Amino acid sequence: MSRLVIGVFADEDHVVDATRDCRLAGFEIQDVYTPYAVHGMDEAMGLRRSRLTWVCFAAGAAGCAFALWFQYYTQAVNWPINVGGKDPWQMPAYVPIAFELTVLIGGLTTMLALFVRSRLFPGKRAKLPAPGVTDDKFALVLLQRDSSFDAERARAILAQHHVERVLESGGLS
Amino acid sequence: MSHQVYSKLREPLVTGDVSLHQITEQACAPLERRAGLTWWMAFALALTALGVGAAAVTYEIATGIGTWGLNKTVGWAFDITNFVFWVGIGHAGTLISAVLFLLRQKWRTSINRSAEAMTIFAVICAAVFPLIHMGRPWLAFWTAPYPNFRGPLWVNFRSPLLWDVFAISTYFTISLVFWYIGLIPDLASARDRAKSKIRKFIYSIMSFGWNGSSRVWSRYETAYLLFAGLATPLVVSVHTIVSMDFATSVIPGWHTTIFPPYFVVGAVFSGFAMVMTLLIIMRKVVNFQNFITVNHLENMAKVILVTGSIVGLAYSTEFFIAWYSGNEYEGFTFVNRATGPFAWAYWIMVSCNVITPQLLWFKKIRRSVPMLFILSIFVNIGMWFERFVIVVTSLHRDYLPSSWAYYTPTLIEIATLVGSFGLFFTLFLLFCRALPMLALGEIKSVSKFGRKPRHPELDDHSKPAAKQPGKSTRAHQRETAHV
Repeated sequence: MSRLVIGVFADEDHVVDATRDCRLAGFEIQDVYTPYAVHGMDEAMGLRRSRLTWVCFAAGAAGCAFALWFQYYTQAVNWPINVGGKDPWQMPAYVPIAFELTVLIGGLTTMLALFVRSRLFPGKRAKLPAPGVTDDKFALVLLQRDSSFDAERARAILAQHHVERVLESGGLS
Repeated sequence: MSHQVYSKLREPLVTGDVSLHQITEQACAPLERRAGLTWWMAFALALTALGVGAAAVTYEIATGIGTWGLNKTVGWAFDITNFVFWVGIGHAGTLISAVLFLLRQKWRTSINRSAEAMTIFAVICAAVFPLIHMGRPWLAFWTAPYPNFRGPLWVNFRSPLLWDVFAISTYFTISLVFWYIGLIPDLASARDRAKSKIRKFIYSIMSFGWNGSSRVWSRYETAYLLFAGLATPLVVSVHTIVSMDFATSVIPGWHTTIFPPYFVVGAVFSGFAMVMTLLIIMRKVVNFQNFITVNHLENMAKVILVTGSIVGLAYSTEFFIAWYSGNEYEGFTFVNRATGPFAWAYWIMVSCNVITPQLLWFKKIRRSVPMLFILSIFVNIGMWFERFVIVVTSLHRDYLPSSWAYYTPTLIEIATLVGSFGLFFTLFLLFCRALPMLALGEIKSVSKFGRKPRHPELDDHSKPAAKQPGKSTRAHQRETAHV
């Protein structure tokens, strides 16, 4: 049964430094809860770059391909309309909608990917490590898996970085 | 976001030394107190206007497009003017949230939420007009390419009017997503301080269980950047396509290659003016003067000055090309614009869009709130007339002098325009009561921008700059940066 050690900070600089030091000292960081996106936190936590960019690119490309195919099929294959004897497939005329669908499908897929990957959905109950993390507090949550967790050391690192208070809990409720 | 380095040259984005908690307090206050008399009065007015518009539209749909002042020569007039006007207004929000985000203009954080809301409401207003122009709005679904038993006969993908359907609906969807994604963390802030059960319940559902996890923040920031990247060319494409509704037709005054950039810049110009008008009222009514400072207004005034000057350049280029092309029909259309029966509209347009915004060269005027308010109203009027001039004056005197006609809007059309303002303000006023008007998370991240560190241990210059035990690397950087 893993336990959590939660350090609550009042300043972003402190929590970033504490996070980095804890990670370098070998502690497992469950997460850091902050009221806003703290600059430099991904580096401090050692997070990998998000792969959402690739999702967006793939979905956008698929949207573009779909739009071009669909326009080709409806305008040149299924029911070609003769407008002044022109070739029914005139690429430039089909670019605007291909662009719009690239953006639409790319954007909506990115949104869905963000929600699915982060498990965000309407009505989900928020699990907060400490009150105020959506207001003005920053909570660093360390994961204590087994007895190799050096609680004294963890507290010392937190204290060194001006932690406001330290909580322990069995899990986020 | 990154404010490790303190520079004396930078002015704080948020005035008054507010703590993070105070930002939450202040931004959520309008949601939590009872609506004041001003709000109710404004709401009643907006709702009345909306009612007038709804009645006019109902009458028009029941009776027919004949209730409008259109005639054989002028087939597009008030309705299309209003459509282009509202779409244009809808451009500033995404420009502020996406383009300024990509350009790392941190001052956008105070104004992006309300500007985005405004975008969405303006696009809703815009969408009403093509819908009612159809005459039989219940057949609007015919614009969608769905398999049907008429062949299937598909929509014409080579028509700019269809591009418009796709562009506006994509723009609306992406703006809504962008806005809502931005709202989620702030709805979580509102949720966690809500006292009443109902309020907590509603914000819980709307905030998607947001808890400020940095792992999620990291993805969120990536997604936000992607949305900004997608929305930026989208903004440009939307008004480009709107301009192609005109530019691809062979009518002197419409058939010009200058239209796409000219429309896009005009849209930014009018959109910023509308944002300015609304923000000047809003910052006063809900007491946001320390978030939406005079610096913010001045920055917007600069954008208005630049875009207004480009619009002026576009007007003169059009005129020059009309003469230089040697095309007599083109030449006639433009001379007719400036001196014909609609000259009054043309000169209102020129005075409000080209002449008065030039006053913004003066810093005194750029920093005077009443002057900015007046000038922004002028721009709103001028840009409405720009669309009116483009639509009506190009049509009313065509190739056959026997079919020349004048156009006068009917009361029904005017009531519809009033109604669209009613719809816009009704939605905006509801937004002010229901959702956080400021992007809390983003403002908090810049609240220390251009401000000396708050912590006494970081302010101490007497100590040597060498790294001391327990002192953070970031604090160290910050300290050494301004020594």
